Amino acid sequence: MANATLSKQKPDHVRLTEQGKPVTLLEAIREGLWEEMERDPSVFLMGEDIGAYGGAFKMTEGMIEAFGNLRVVDTPISEIGFTGAAAGAAHMGMRPVVEMQFIDFIACAYDMITNYVATSRYRGSGAVPMVIRGPSGGYVRGGPFHSQNPEAAFFHTPGLKIVYPATAYDAKGLIKAAIRDDDPVLFFEHKWLYRRPQLREVLPSDDYIVPIGKARTHREGTDLTIVTYAAMVHKSAEAAEVLEKEDGLSVEIIDLRTLLPLDDEAIVASVKKTNRLLIVHEDTRTGGIAGEIAMRVSEKAFEWLDAPIQRVTAIDAPIPYSPPLEDYFLPQTDDIVKAARWLANY
Amino acid sequence: MANRTPTKRGAAAIPHGLAREQLLDMYRLARLTRALEEKLEILFKQSKVIGGLFRSLGQEGESVASAYALRRRDDGTGDMLSPLIRNLGSMLTIGATPGEVVRQYMAKADSPARGKELNIHFTDYQRGFIGQISPLGDLVPVMAGVALTFRQRGEDRVGMVYIGDGATSTGAFHEGINFAAVKKLPLVVIVENNGWAYSTPTRMQTAAKSFADKAAGYGAAADRVDGNDMLAVYGACKAAVERARAGGGVTLVQVDTYRRKGHAQHDAHTYMDPAEIDRWATANDPIDRYAATLTGSGWATARELAGIDAEVDRELDAAIADAETSPLPDEQEARTDVVAGGPVPGHWYRMDPPDPRKA
Repeated sequence: MANATLSKQKPDHVRLTEQGKPVTLLEAIREGLWEEMERDPSVFLMGEDIGAYGGAFKMTEGMIEAFGNLRVVDTPISEIGFTGAAAGAAHMGMRPVVEMQFIDFIACAYDMITNYVATSRYRGSGAVPMVIRGPSGGYVRGGPFHSQNPEAAFFHTPGLKIVYPATAYDAKGLIKAAIRDDDPVLFFEHKWLYRRPQLREVLPSDDYIVPIGKARTHREGTDLTIVTYAAMVHKSAEAAEVLEKEDGLSVEIIDLRTLLPLDDEAIVASVKKTNRLLIVHEDTRTGGIAGEIAMRVSEKAFEWLDAPIQRVTAIDAPIPYSPPLEDYFLPQTDDIVKAARWLANY
Repeated sequence: MANRTPTKRGAAAIPHGLAREQLLDMYRLARLTRALEEKLEILFKQSKVIGGLFRSLGQEGESVASAYALRRRDDGTGDMLSPLIRNLGSMLTIGATPGEVVRQYMAKADSPARGKELNIHFTDYQRGFIGQISPLGDLVPVMAGVALTFRQRGEDRVGMVYIGDGATSTGAFHEGINFAAVKKLPLVVIVENNGWAYSTPTRMQTAAKSFADKAAGYGAAADRVDGNDMLAVYGACKAAVERARAGGGVTLVQVDTYRRKGHAQHDAHTYMDPAEIDRWATANDPIDRYAATLTGSGWATARELAGIDAEVDRELDAAIADAETSPLPDEQEARTDVVAGGPVPGHWYRMDPPDPRKA
């Protein structure tokens, strides 16, 4: 691969870190994708409108010009088709990264992902090193089909890994780790975090990765633990500020970063420290990941708990469109404050 | 390339550029397929094959002849195919061995899927086959992706994927063939119309006049061939494979044949007309027809063919005897290869019963 040629073509919007400038979460992922494309000629991108248009959120802007249409592959509207094609390419030693234009559409490829991709290694049919990524989550008035958090639908499928970063640093390090991983990784990107100015940060200019399967302490505390991920890390952080100011509470926040496999060790360590656990996720309640986390804590740290485990989640409904409805449906900072207060006073 | 030995004086010219040895090789593979399934059926009745047992009776010819049109290598540089459950013949043709098929059916530890998958659902990238999975149609997009990689790497290799009359109704088939056609990928899609999808007849599967007609809707080339005429199947598939190799994109080849058994061994196929099965068996068996062509054209003698039959029998008896000695897998195999990097946790209460009073 002619790297010299590529870097000459490398446009400014993927050189922000190189130039010491801060990046948004979206820009961090874009840089990660670009650098992996430069590093490894077997990495390629595939999805709808990702070429000349650069993707619905412009994640792949400028890439087809730099890497050509054999490595930035525009597809027909065909989530089964391009997910399956990515699996075939991965079998042959390629490292495909496919984009769901909105992660809601991943359900169209549910069979291909769960029956074909996730079982392949187990069936002796070979590894499927591929990444399925896409804009996820609400708070953007996207309605039922542009706001979903479908992680729980795949959380139950052995053979998959699920990643859902909350910061620019993690997003870049995790997309690189996902691409280099030898198993299929679902990489969820919260679109409410994509361009949030508060999340902009200057990233290290070296080629770092963030290991899959490791949680991160977002905020240290001693009175209670909030286990959460993605956009809820930031809502929880807002809540922690309020709780500290108004109640004098010291809240610890564990950002899972990877949902599958869960970092039990980090969760249990924090619970043993604070003895109170609140789980916060944006996904709906029934069958959500909170249930599994609570069960694991019950198995591994029951004696350490001073209060019942609680959760803050969306309500069990499709995601509504109108602002008062979406605001009611989704967990808000105030919900986290109230639940944490209840837990602290138990 | 096989050595070309002269055919008998006065013999007809062999079509499609095939050599006499290749004609005999195709005969051997078709016989091997049928005989292997017959022996598997016995093993099934002895409860030694413990899952389902699927017969391709009447379809062995097209399976062998279609796969025979591929460039077959065992070093990962040849063409690739993905078969259906009734394409044991294609598997054997591209390089699967009877021994591994028997071990797989018997769920042995040293079977290709190490006891985790059934029948002919197994894969070998060196020899060029990717096992199908039971949700039908899924391998059409997957093989489109394999063909995409041939393109990305500038390799002149071709993919072939089999789909039945039934699974042409799936979304995966549509999305996969459309994707491959749009990208003009080197892919041959074999639509095997054997009249039945489990108990559903073809007329309840599609209102189209033929499956070949569907190709036009995707902008793919089409062909339709008598699936019980091995040389015709070979000719059509060879043309499709060479078109794909030359950059001509996707061809859908409709292969008309007939499933002479139920869906699987458990299926008494009462929904089928026995007289119809009989007609296909007596007048239109692909191996009988092929043998008659070989001898009638002066390309082989009946004695030669009988010799091949005997050799096939010996080979299979040895393979089965060998497979029977293989052990079943250790139960801990169930925990391995879910993801890279070690087994998944087992049942803690089985492995290390804890004393809750000491917790």
